[in-house]
Amino acid sequence: MKNIFDFIRKHFTLLSFLLLQIASIYMLTQASTSHQTFFSSKMNDASSKINERYYNMRGYFFLRETNEKLAQENARLLNLLGSNISAPDSSIRIVTDSVYKDSLNKYRKYNWLPAKVIGNTVSLQTNFLTLERGSLQGVKKGMAAISPEGIAGVVVEVSENTSKVMSLLHRNSRVSAMLKKDNNAGSIEWDGASPYYLLLRNVSKGAKVVKGDTVVTSTYSANFPPYQVVGRVAEIEADPSSNFYTLKIKTAVNFFTVQYVYLVENLRYQEQFELENNNPKNRE
Amino acid sequence: MNSLLKNIIRFALFLLLQIVVLNEVPPVHRFIIPYLYFLYILWLPFSINRFTLLIVAFFFGLSLDYFTGTTGLHAAPCVLIAYIRPYLLNLLLPQETIEQSYAEPGVNSMGWAPYAVYVGFLTFVHHFYLVLIEWLQFGDFVYFLGKVVGTTLVSFMMIVLSELLFLRKGKYRTNAA
Repeated sequence: MKNIFDFIRKHFTLLSFLLLQIASIYMLTQASTSHQTFFSSKMNDASSKINERYYNMRGYFFLRETNEKLAQENARLLNLLGSNISAPDSSIRIVTDSVYKDSLNKYRKYNWLPAKVIGNTVSLQTNFLTLERGSLQGVKKGMAAISPEGIAGVVVEVSENTSKVMSLLHRNSRVSAMLKKDNNAGSIEWDGASPYYLLLRNVSKGAKVVKGDTVVTSTYSANFPPYQVVGRVAEIEADPSSNFYTLKIKTAVNFFTVQYVYLVENLRYQEQFELENNNPKNRE
Repeated sequence: MNSLLKNIIRFALFLLLQIVVLNEVPPVHRFIIPYLYFLYILWLPFSINRFTLLIVAFFFGLSLDYFTGTTGLHAAPCVLIAYIRPYLLNLLLPQETIEQSYAEPGVNSMGWAPYAVYVGFLTFVHHFYLVLIEWLQFGDFVYFLGKVVGTTLVSFMMIVLSELLFLRKGKYRTNAA
């Protein structure tokens, strides 16, 4: 017994060094498997308070750009209004009903909430956005974050008043996307090289891609509503050993200046997620 | 100023500098990322107890991690350089002269050459370990080599610049303090 205590006393520094190393590596592995930071919500609230102050101040420098983006988006939305289109015959009226359920069994699938960005990194390999909107305001894990210019990320962590979004610029981010013109789907990833470019992998070589084609979110995604802009094709790489293209995509979003995003909730997310991850047993 | 108070203020300032300024710099190239925060650990006083040094380094790294969303990624290399630091100082310094008359490592207390070796070696170890952890999660070998070399050079350059800009007075330690 005495020997053990002597040993501990003699190598106290080494032992505490090893202990701290193991602690930090353990926290790191925990964090990367579930995309949640350790002891998250308390620390998240504390660090996001500081971030919030800083981004409140920083927001002034981008007011002009933010205004322009919002004006452009308003113009786009005004063009979609039903009142712009008149029916040729006055006996036919087209009514778009946004009630959750109406008598024709239409249902609402996506719900949009605005949120302010109060924290953002672009220079790391694992980038996150912090938003000023949390579980009390109806944010849930798995919601999509879409900026006025294009998609930005997925909510991975929620505290009471803030939430954390895994940006598209994260080495573990995967989003299903497709070419707008022929609906060939693939998966959007990031290789960590440049915050201006993403990769679209696994696009079949049957697709007739040219530079400048628009890439939008696919209809297969559980988080994202379909046909949201991701970016434009900047480079086409054909891998001779497989049947797939790897496309380099110029992002539609400028991640350096994101100020506001919309959080989109798929009201049937849980249902789709459970069904897709339900592996039938006894299938041979 | 009291050494404890000074180091607490430095703790906050180094964190803010890294988060608010350096992490916002648009990346020139994916291998070149400006890291300066660990200079805090290199500037801690000579007289600090080894165990305290480890604990301070751990919490310093961890607080940066909470802002970048990668728990433990910066804490691990900080603890490593904090562990190596006393051994390296023992090697570089003539015993029983400097440590007793100066408060903390610096150009004045150690001289240019030993201080450059001290900073260069710990910077290299810090980045080597940091990028190694990143590499084990994702990335390839070229990424590993390139990023270690790139970040080490940039950090070393920035440390030299900050030493030239902010002349820290090599304060003599007195019994009165």
